[in-house]
Amino acid sequence: MTSENYKQIQTMKNRSLISIDDFTKEEYFSVLDAAEQFERKPVQNILDGKVVATLFFEPSTRTRLSFESAVNYLGGKVIGFSDVSSSSVKKGESLKDTILTVCNYSDLIVLRHPREGSARYASEVGTVPIVNAGDGANQHPTQCLLDLYSIRKTQGKLDNLDIAFVGDLKYGRTVHSLVIAMTNFNCRFHLVSPPELKLPSSVKMHIKEKNLEYYQYTDLSEVIPMADIIYMTRIQRERFSDPIDYEKVKNAYILNRSLLGNTKPNMKILHPLPRVNEINEDVDDMPQAYYFQQALNGLYVRQAILKLILGL
Amino acid sequence: MEQDKKPVKEFVVSAIENGTVIDHIPAQSVFQVIHILNLDKYGNQILFGTNLDSNKYGKKGIIKVTNKYFKPVEINKIALVAPTATLIIIKDFRVIEKKKVEIPDTIETFVQCVNPNCITNHEDVPTKFKVLDKIDSRLKCTYCEKITEKKNMTFR
Ligand SMILES: [Zn+2]
Repeated sequence: MTSENYKQIQTMKNRSLISIDDFTKEEYFSVLDAAEQFERKPVQNILDGKVVATLFFEPSTRTRLSFESAVNYLGGKVIGFSDVSSSSVKKGESLKDTILTVCNYSDLIVLRHPREGSARYASEVGTVPIVNAGDGANQHPTQCLLDLYSIRKTQGKLDNLDIAFVGDLKYGRTVHSLVIAMTNFNCRFHLVSPPELKLPSSVKMHIKEKNLEYYQYTDLSEVIPMADIIYMTRIQRERFSDPIDYEKVKNAYILNRSLLGNTKPNMKILHPLPRVNEINEDVDDMPQAYYFQQALNGLYVRQAILKLILGL
Repeated sequence: MEQDKKPVKEFVVSAIENGTVIDHIPAQSVFQVIHILNLDKYGNQILFGTNLDSNKYGKKGIIKVTNKYFKPVEINKIALVAPTATLIIIKDFRVIEKKKVEIPDTIETFVQCVNPNCITNHEDVPTKFKVLDKIDSRLKCTYCEKITEKKNMTFR
């Protein structure tokens, strides 16, 4: 898609972005197309005179910096806080009061909050659009959109792909959102996890409803030759009630250079970051490694979301 | 069976001058219905029976409440815990209206979200649910998107 035939959708204007389900397939595409424009030209002065508030009730430096750099490259100003100890919340102020106050001083609020449903609630009480930057274990839609962007960018399409999800598929919020989003496209899902951390049936339901194929594995090496995308996640020790179970699987889901001898030429490795050891550093300079570029794509996608929601 | 059933029906319909009879309550839900409607704190006469024989439902329960006509929100509560229930409105010993309860498409304020980390359990936020399944009473929280099921449903 070139800038000549790029047409901006108006249906996202002044709407909050809370859950990936709130938007249509057409609206996803519109975000991805706008993000492509920003990848070509990330510095644009379209947010001149606008103030974006980033309210982070729990720290998430990576996400916050990505949003703030998106605003800065577009010429806007940022206000906010990066953890609650320095804000009035510590004195017991309700979320509603914080939101209503900050609505007076900003055109859009980016909200990160440990409680699930906080972003939806904020969008109901607030007078400016809210962008959910993670509400507990529930939703983190901009992560999902940047994953979609990265897949489309590297594969040239979203349809007809073999996508492998590896690691903690039970608790991984980003995995759940991306699997659900990808059921809009005709994909095959390869789910690799220890038996304790399989994809929940509530998420598999979405795959079944669309009559798409999915396969479950415990062995990572099996899926590598057939995958177009390998989406890696971290397995956390605290997810296991028995530490022996963790010890048994902790090294079974690590990608390293020697495993990548036989991959499709277009295959790319994604990871929501931060990684611990699930992708060995010897993979970083291989052509399949895409996770740092993926994080950079987050900047373009967030710029696109700001533009579309503010209707600029 | 007919012999057993008849007197129960008579009892339910005739013995109350004004008020509401809640009939066809699943036997195990009678005390829950009393509780969610705060009938345990109600000043007027209440009679109830449970484990009564019913042709349609096996064992059933009945609650009759004098001088009380339930508001829609109360009827929604009844529907959630006793989806088979029938309400019989009685005035001057006569049946004025008989209606089956029905679970609405959305449930607001009185059900608690099952998710301990939901914003509605931490701030003063009225709950709101989309009803996914009217027979099994499965509710999806508008805020945290988690499912509250009948078996773990509690009320505010
Ligand atoms: Zn909830």
